[in-house]
Amino acid sequence: MRYLPHTDEEISEMLGVVGAESLDDLFSTVPTNCCCRLPIDLPEALSEWDLNRHMDELSGNMAVSPDYKVFMGAGSYDHFIPASNTYVRSRSEFVTSYTPYQPEMSQGTLQGIYEYQTLAARLMGMDVATASHYDGATALTEALLMAIRKTRKQKVAVSRLVHPLHREVIKTYFGPTGFEIIELPAGPDGRTDLSAIDGLDDIAAVAIQSPNFFGCIEDLKIAAEKAGAQKALFITSFTEAIAYGLLKSPGSLGAEIVAGDGQSLGLPRSFGGPGLGMLGSKSKYVRSLPGRLVGRATDVNGKDGFVLTLSTREQHIRREKATSNICSNNSLCALSAAIYMATLGGSGLRRLAEMNHQKAEYLKNELKKAGMTIPFSAKTFNEFVVKFPDGFKSSYDRLLEKKIVAGLPLASYYPELADHYLLCATETASREDMDMLVREVTV
Amino acid sequence: MKEISEMKLPDNVKYTDDHEWAKDEGGNVKIGITDYAQDQLGDIVFVEMPEVGATYEKGDEFGTVESVKAVSELFMPICGEIVAINEGLEDAPEQVNSDPYDGGWMISVKPSDTGELDALMDKAAYLDMLKG
Amino acid sequence: MTEKMGTTGLILKEKLLWERGKTGREGFSFPRQDVDQTPMDPEFARDDLDIPDLSEVDVIRHFTRLSTWNFGVDTGMYPLGSCTMKYNPKTNERQASLPGFAGAHPLLPESLSQGALELMYNLERYLAEITGMDAVSLQPAAGAHGELAGMLLIYAYHKSKGNQRHKIIIPDTAHGTNPASAALCGYTPVPVKSNERGVLSTEDIAAVMDDDTAGIMVTNPNTLGLFEENMKEVADIVHAKGGLVYGDGANMNAVMGIIDMKEIGIDVLHLNLHKTFSTPHGGGGPGSGPVCVNKILEPFLPVPRVEKKDGKFRLQYNRPDAIGRLMTFHGHFGIMVRAYSYILSMGPDGLKKASQLAVLNANYIKEKLKDIYHLPFDRPCMHECVFSDKHQSGNKVSTLDIAKRLLDYGFHPPTVYFPLVVSGAIMIEPTETECKDDIDQFIQAMRDIAGEAKENPELLHKSPEKTKVSRLDEAAAARKPCLAG
Repeated sequence: MRYLPHTDEEISEMLGVVGAESLDDLFSTVPTNCCCRLPIDLPEALSEWDLNRHMDELSGNMAVSPDYKVFMGAGSYDHFIPASNTYVRSRSEFVTSYTPYQPEMSQGTLQGIYEYQTLAARLMGMDVATASHYDGATALTEALLMAIRKTRKQKVAVSRLVHPLHREVIKTYFGPTGFEIIELPAGPDGRTDLSAIDGLDDIAAVAIQSPNFFGCIEDLKIAAEKAGAQKALFITSFTEAIAYGLLKSPGSLGAEIVAGDGQSLGLPRSFGGPGLGMLGSKSKYVRSLPGRLVGRATDVNGKDGFVLTLSTREQHIRREKATSNICSNNSLCALSAAIYMATLGGSGLRRLAEMNHQKAEYLKNELKKAGMTIPFSAKTFNEFVVKFPDGFKSSYDRLLEKKIVAGLPLASYYPELADHYLLCATETASREDMDMLVREVTV
Repeated sequence: MKEISEMKLPDNVKYTDDHEWAKDEGGNVKIGITDYAQDQLGDIVFVEMPEVGATYEKGDEFGTVESVKAVSELFMPICGEIVAINEGLEDAPEQVNSDPYDGGWMISVKPSDTGELDALMDKAAYLDMLKG
Repeated sequence: MTEKMGTTGLILKEKLLWERGKTGREGFSFPRQDVDQTPMDPEFARDDLDIPDLSEVDVIRHFTRLSTWNFGVDTGMYPLGSCTMKYNPKTNERQASLPGFAGAHPLLPESLSQGALELMYNLERYLAEITGMDAVSLQPAAGAHGELAGMLLIYAYHKSKGNQRHKIIIPDTAHGTNPASAALCGYTPVPVKSNERGVLSTEDIAAVMDDDTAGIMVTNPNTLGLFEENMKEVADIVHAKGGLVYGDGANMNAVMGIIDMKEIGIDVLHLNLHKTFSTPHGGGGPGSGPVCVNKILEPFLPVPRVEKKDGKFRLQYNRPDAIGRLMTFHGHFGIMVRAYSYILSMGPDGLKKASQLAVLNANYIKEKLKDIYHLPFDRPCMHECVFSDKHQSGNKVSTLDIAKRLLDYGFHPPTVYFPLVVSGAIMIEPTETECKDDIDQFIQAMRDIAGEAKENPELLHKSPEKTKVSRLDEAAAARKPCLAG
């Protein structure tokens, strides 16, 4: 086996040093009542050649661009990833290293993550961002738990227009805790009905996603004021990080904690993971933040460097009193996001975000012109809801056969929205493809 | 680490078995951690303080003290109301290391029961405890 | 003294990203503008995005220089105990980046995502077969997330019995994530000490196990690298009182094809695909922490589950007892592809041999170093061995000094100061992918350092000297944290 370097002679020699007769003999301390294993029943080892063939076949069964036109976002976005990014993030010094617990030989990861923290904080309008979490849902859940710890209150208010799968994850984490989730309803324009915050007392946090699951841009300023009036921490979440290349940052509108998914920042969709859990806060909450943080430091000779810091918040020190149980994070994804943001720069991020907005506006207008209903009037970024004619399901299936995925059907998440679909157009959607979609849905 | 003989243990303060000290300052009682405790913890980087005005029972946790790799709870040696906290520790928590009984004090408490202070260990008893 | 691996080289300085940027540079190739420019309402638009503009060359040079300051498994031996830093096969990377996988949207209709679903279905079955457990969910994102899943499953089980419990037994050799994960489910950890042989004793467990205790969290092999020889009896005691046994599978690399986890009494086990199954650590993640259960706990597994019916794969959501969802989508699919590729490359015999050689390497190191480093538990070990600095501390040389000196010799240090039960612990896990020559070189380095500790302790206090930076002032960094530029 090419990953096992031992020759038979070396094995014999080493067994001799250890004082064991055979490789099986090494397990003599395992009591016989524990060592009852039948041989594992798995396929025999494949050559690299055969493995490639098998994997090509499996991956060939997937509907992906350019063969398929997928107009679906909903938390996973199709953005162009430059070859330079894939190349440099694949350097084995980044990929095959561990968590930088030995800073002297991990300065590459540490500076890269420090730069990620900085760019992520600027994007979100926060003072600090953590070194990353698993995904948007777990980052948002950690943000809510943080608000509960900080305020010592047991209830949180979460908008119904926060990604439905994020809300499911919150529910799972909250299951054994007794913490309560109050759902803020959707208003008729596709934004959260913020008046529902008034009169909610004793809530630890208000969480609003923007752009929300319907793609609509929420009024974060008003939400922040209303949350503040209830002495609740205001949390903004997001699933489309590119939006903040163009939109006012949540921090500038009053968010105290921001949580979201950074998959859009140069990570392949990869059937949903790994993505990038982004979490940031105002500096006064830094000691309550869950997850790793990198900070600047100087060495004994006065040279500048970086270390993992404030680790007393974490599980390996504070054990059951830690701010979270998180240990591994999505470090390489955070580094990739830093590389991607650096590649675009502030000017490029702005231009890319504008382009996303323009493509989606184009598609929305063309569908409207073709007689489709746009049910929500609020401004959107690169996703929007369309109400197709009644019984559109059969057309949707017909389009799948033509290799077009006409958005995400919303009825399974919002039963009242039969024949409503969530569509997305990023910079990768060409005008020809969008025109084809419009033609096909109106057949 | 210091040997026990190298520890600074003033005569004019009282000691607890959680390694806090308490000192009567003419009515109010100042509280901090002992030279032994700071030495065990190593470089102190942060002290989490209670709110002024809060009241605690004896033995309640009133805050935490953090070094780079450890965190330790702080317990009330007596019951009472917090009347002041050492705000200087926010900027310079290292004073707990360099000057545990003076610049490194943590809280000042208005005791509810002055008898409780007398019941704490004196230097000799604390030293005996450290020697095990 | 032998020649050291570490040498001097040209290490280039590199500024921070934003010190390199210049407005007007660009590193991105924009698509054609083929639709009208509709500006965003200025009321919504920001004008404060402060991210530097760089060219593609700037970006590549910046991050390439940063990478040269790192050390990875591809660079050299990384014997970090409990972390299983084995070689990360390159074919795995090829498979994960296939356009059909990398480009797939997670909410595609099932009919359009059969390949990914089949891979997940097969991987679940393979992991069940390797561990001996009955069913698997691949959803947890990392080891600690798998532990949380395990705790939620135990919580759901007791709840379904109408009898919630409040405590959980955690041995002192456990990973720090164990108590933190248990606390998220409201369980109070009950600590139990390991005995003089470094393992759990049945009496100690019997003394604390009661009908308010939800179960026990056991790492086996434990973090001292020892097999919990009383495992079956411990499990029997816990089961007799209605509790469940959680297995932390972080150390599964020692026992593939050797131990059947269900047979030894484990009800729920998490795996780290980024340890045992060769997926790269990426400087701290992403990992993947599948959770494996026996039949009793299967109904509670997170949704969705991958099912096979009439030759087609589909996602099953309708599971009324399920604990819910742990991540937005299906977990870290990209990591699953790598682990699947590893298992198929190794085959059943290769996996078993990997465990045997991991154990051989650890025992070999133990035998070759135990005359000069203190070995608190002098017994055959599994895939890792734990020494301490007891023989060196007389010269005022600590575990930290030994670890830092190893950097100058060109090795990543072992895990230090863990497990907590050994004061000044030095925990060495070589893994099976290190060849005898490299292990001999590591042993020689450790022996040389022990010599230096005697003759020239100051050399160790000053180390490392050959790295880009020397020891950093962590206290100052934590007192006045600077977390963003």
